Amino acid sequence: MATRVLIPNGAIGLGFDAAALARGVRMRPDIICVDGGSTDSGPYYLGTGTSKYSRAATLSEWRALMLARAEAGVPLVVGTAGTCGTDSTVDWMYDITVELARELGHKVRIARLYSSQHTGDVARGWDRVRPLEPVQPVTAADCEGLTNIVALAGAEQIGAALSAGADIVIAGRTTDTATIAALPLQRGMHAGAAWHGAKIGECGALCSTNPTSGVIVIDFDTEGFTVTPMAEGAACTPELVAAHMLYENADPFILHEPGGHLDVSRARYEALDATRVRVTGSTWVPAKDYTVKLEGARLAGYQSTILALLREPRYVQNAQAWVDRLSRFLDEQIHSRMGLTAPKDYTLDFRLIGQNATLGGLETAAPTAAEVGVLAIVTAPNQARASEIAKLANPFLLHYPLTDDEPQATFAFPFSPADWARGPLYEFVLNHVMILDDPMSAFRLEVTEVSHVPA
Amino acid sequence: MSRLDQIVPKIRTKNAGPFWLTVDIFCGERRIFDHLKDSLQTDQVAQAFHQPIAALKRFDIAHLNVIKFSLPRIVVQGSRADRDMHASQWAWLVGGIEVPTP
Repeated sequence: MATRVLIPNGAIGLGFDAAALARGVRMRPDIICVDGGSTDSGPYYLGTGTSKYSRAATLSEWRALMLARAEAGVPLVVGTAGTCGTDSTVDWMYDITVELARELGHKVRIARLYSSQHTGDVARGWDRVRPLEPVQPVTAADCEGLTNIVALAGAEQIGAALSAGADIVIAGRTTDTATIAALPLQRGMHAGAAWHGAKIGECGALCSTNPTSGVIVIDFDTEGFTVTPMAEGAACTPELVAAHMLYENADPFILHEPGGHLDVSRARYEALDATRVRVTGSTWVPAKDYTVKLEGARLAGYQSTILALLREPRYVQNAQAWVDRLSRFLDEQIHSRMGLTAPKDYTLDFRLIGQNATLGGLETAAPTAAEVGVLAIVTAPNQARASEIAKLANPFLLHYPLTDDEPQATFAFPFSPADWARGPLYEFVLNHVMILDDPMSAFRLEVTEVSHVPA
Repeated sequence: MSRLDQIVPKIRTKNAGPFWLTVDIFCGERRIFDHLKDSLQTDQVAQAFHQPIAALKRFDIAHLNVIKFSLPRIVVQGSRADRDMHASQWAWLVGGIEVPTP
């Protein structure tokens, strides 16, 4: 007996083709799995424990998925709820779910899988933590200074939530693949196929000719898996499916997961017809230790920015020289007026939009733009200082001359006030795995029943 | 000689987690793949990123006509010095590498 997994899209918030979702539901899936986040949007979300996507967008997509769940009569699972998968974003997603259950009159058993780690526990258990390449200079003491640490749950923890009889699983941080692989593994499907199919499916229809349609179905069995796109006219080809192993993956043949790794170096991809692809030959290699990856973020200062625009050709042509001269001048001003020294007390970075803002020192192309955006970025230990420095820099970004002997220049400021308080800057810190004796020992499961209560 | 982005249909760069950058060079057809497998030197890609050659992992994937490189991110994703949160525009650097015209 096969296990059929319906995947609506690569992440809640990206949208999906409603007709394709309806078609997927009609195919009688055994489970509906969707991802809710990743590190790809940067460290701010983990640092603050908040969602990147708006509540309204999440609520409207989750309503469609809760209706699909009710119609299909199967569990609905979201992994890495609320972008970063901290306990706070699991609760945020739970709140949305309860609101929708009441609105829709659904009686549901909800399992919340919590992935947040107490920073002190990680520090005290540092002898069970191993660095991954590239090794980051992190000590046990550093862990205490992180605002959030999450462990990435695997199939075992999702499996535990399903075994609790959940209609809806709201999981904190999980690997991209865990929600999809869990049920096929629990039902004894081929382990290599379960993980490989999960990797192919984790971005929804990205492995098809119509990536934005979102919806795909994967059938797992005891020898392999089959991928079927749900959108009208969409097709999966062996090349597209195989190529998805490249995506966001440093090694195209190996994928590390809690408890082992997937090896697809001998996988065979075969077109069953014009739209479906069959994959066999993937291998799951169990590891000696059961490890879960850790992610952590810490506060790295506060920022203010100013954007000034240069259009006068002489300034455009000499933008780098202007910024170098301005930068030296501002460092002197900040030192004499505020008693601060870079980089100990603050940093002031300039990026020349139109010249090298994207690639910095790696840029090889000669600038050709008619105008240059000068983005000044102040970073300081607190917002008050960052804002003060930006305000001090403001008149000079507006008027500072290229040479001493010339009429006053005035550049374009697109906004008033010209300086923006950007708020806190966070940075990713951990690139480690933690060894667990029991897969559930770093995770918490809470199960509640929610039913519509007539007013 | 030709620029790499003039002879392949697509070059993609992307984060592989916050600490890794991965570069996928889609050659499109076997003839181009075979040509680049021999003529595109790993050192050229290392130089484009100002990184030592030892930092790069290379995968020549014949069944996909893809040449893939992975290397530690030059700056950690989202840190103060990072300029491209998703590392997607660094593909341009690779596109500018000069290789013999096939």
